[in-house]
Amino acid sequence: MSDTTYTTMGSADSAAGSDGPEESGFYETTQGDRVYDVQGGDWDTILAPPTGEKDRLIVNMGPQHPSTHGVLRLIVELDGESVQSIRAAIGYLHTGIEKNMEFRTWTQGATFVTRMDYVAGLHNELAYALAVERLLGIEDQIPERASVIRVLLSELSRAASHLVAIATGGLELGALTGMTVGFRDRELILDIFESITGLRMNHGYIRPGGVSHDLPAGIEGDITEAIKVLRKRSSDVHNLLVGNAIWLGRTQGVGYLDLAGCMALGVTGPILRSTGLPFDVRKTDPYCGFENYEFEVPTETTCDVYGRFLIRLAEITQSLSIVEQCLDKLKPGPVMVADKKIAWPADLSVGPDGQGNSLAHIKQIMGTSMEALIHHFKLVTEGFQVPPGQVYVPTESAKGELGMHLVSDGGTRPYRAHMREPSFTNLQAVAAMCEGGMLSDVVASISSIDPVMGGVDR
Amino acid sequence: MSELDPEQTPEGLPVTPADAVEIPVADISGAGPDLVEVRVGAFGVHGSPDVSGYGGLINKIEIAGASERPYGSYFDEVADDLATNLGSDYNEAIEKVVVDRGEVTFYVHRDRIIQVCQAMLHDPLLRFEMCLGVSGVHWPHELDRELHAVYHLRSITHNRIVRLEVTCPDSDPHIPSTTSIYPTNDWHERETYDFFGIIFDGHPYLTRIEMPDDWLGHPQRKDYPLGGIPVEYKGATVPPPDKRRSYS
Repeated sequence: MSDTTYTTMGSADSAAGSDGPEESGFYETTQGDRVYDVQGGDWDTILAPPTGEKDRLIVNMGPQHPSTHGVLRLIVELDGESVQSIRAAIGYLHTGIEKNMEFRTWTQGATFVTRMDYVAGLHNELAYALAVERLLGIEDQIPERASVIRVLLSELSRAASHLVAIATGGLELGALTGMTVGFRDRELILDIFESITGLRMNHGYIRPGGVSHDLPAGIEGDITEAIKVLRKRSSDVHNLLVGNAIWLGRTQGVGYLDLAGCMALGVTGPILRSTGLPFDVRKTDPYCGFENYEFEVPTETTCDVYGRFLIRLAEITQSLSIVEQCLDKLKPGPVMVADKKIAWPADLSVGPDGQGNSLAHIKQIMGTSMEALIHHFKLVTEGFQVPPGQVYVPTESAKGELGMHLVSDGGTRPYRAHMREPSFTNLQAVAAMCEGGMLSDVVASISSIDPVMGGVDR
Repeated sequence: MSELDPEQTPEGLPVTPADAVEIPVADISGAGPDLVEVRVGAFGVHGSPDVSGYGGLINKIEIAGASERPYGSYFDEVADDLATNLGSDYNEAIEKVVVDRGEVTFYVHRDRIIQVCQAMLHDPLLRFEMCLGVSGVHWPHELDRELHAVYHLRSITHNRIVRLEVTCPDSDPHIPSTTSIYPTNDWHERETYDFFGIIFDGHPYLTRIEMPDDWLGHPQRKDYPLGGIPVEYKGATVPPPDKRRSYS
């Protein structure tokens, strides 16, 4: 991946300025490679295609490219249309979330992590909240209702994320109706999120200690209705793509990565399950009471893009079934830990503007209780202290194993927060999947990895 | 965690100003919890006259120290299997074992990390097939152990997770690369190098991964200046986040 072996930047004039003759539009690098610069030039003015082993075309796919799934840059070395080598360059969406969290309170951290993998932000919030709770040692004090709400949102999130994966995968491979169907169905889930948290994305809803506020009245009916519609519509994707000859041709046997490759590269999630291994953190390390829910871990043995597509479809069905079980388990009760040194007293609720405070609470702290006002102010601005130590909490996000490594120094802010992002880790497999294949298969492979660059770069 | 200086006036004010308080250096050698940092005063503000008495606060940052057997859970079994595999090298390779919050951490001497990882992967009794990446932590007050690389290993065969922690001094920030054993650590080690400046010897191409190629410094180190622009409003300024007062 030496940056001296290719260029697409700059004009032919500047390239010719280095070594090569101006009219030919190429120059030689320090390693002896001949680099042609075709930007602003014309193929006719370039010498006849050279022959020999080094005569390969290096193409930058991205970072601005409709089918690289975000600001991902792929440096592809091509021999004709076959991919000789491929390297992923990332960092274009690095926003320093982990560093930022070190200067915000533990509660504010939820607002940051949700912006990592923004397609399934609730998974990040859940992993973070669980890690803070383990550091605090209050894991068994989390109210039952909060855990059920967490599972419910996490599974809706998984379905939404898989719908996006299928939709963008369809978009990138030319199955545009797959895209419209996927995004249409996801919209139903986002509507539910909006009713519950006030926002479609970037919720900041699952917080250390529980969830920020209770479900709105009557949401159970809305969710049941949405599930009914989603079930009915799931046949749309089936009818469109499952068994479709063109779709099979683009996805079967493409992006092959077997079990040994997945293990070596740390690949988890649907990619790992497409090799036949039913590995799912919800089963191996259950959290939030996942051991009490009935669901299956779908697997395929094809190790290819099509297998991952089928797994995502099956997982949507499983997630909807878990959501229904959640609705049965929902019992009235608190949604935040009882410890008033952790739980915000604000008693937030969704107002007409999407978010809002409880007016009764504001009346009380402003009018009658100075101490409650001080307590509220201290807790919100200063935060609570977390005993020193470090934890690693694994969870199963839509993309794979999402782990939160969290270190505390006893202060009111995380000392170090690191997310083991499945998108980041899985994206490493792009070389193993694509090298030796066709350029068009690169697009299919990337869509089956389903990286979200917000999570990759953080 | 925090305690007042024993020599204090009846009003609770310290007899000696904060600067004159003798601060113990970070100490991780003894039994009991490891002292990794000692902070004086409150709110992170220094250099201003102390009229509140909070300047005399001494805050010791202590994290869990070496644990005694039995470690509990499957941790004893892992330690035993690792000891059998490493033989006489075990005591040299494993500096200490810490069990905290239901998780186990093996502190590995940096010269032995390759050997330990090989044992962890290949020994059928251990069989940690998957590495869950490398994370870094910077403890600037731990003398000669400032930089920590933290590895999480997962065994799908036995359904276990362990943590390996390797330290290196800031003056010699080298740790052998584990990419030959766990290829997944390729990007993870590049990230830890990028953010903490730990050089993983033997990595195929240890370049920056998140920051631009020509970036100077390693942003997630604690001594990296945030360089924010003070916000000015009607003559008053709000400093960058790392210069503001804090409650930690």
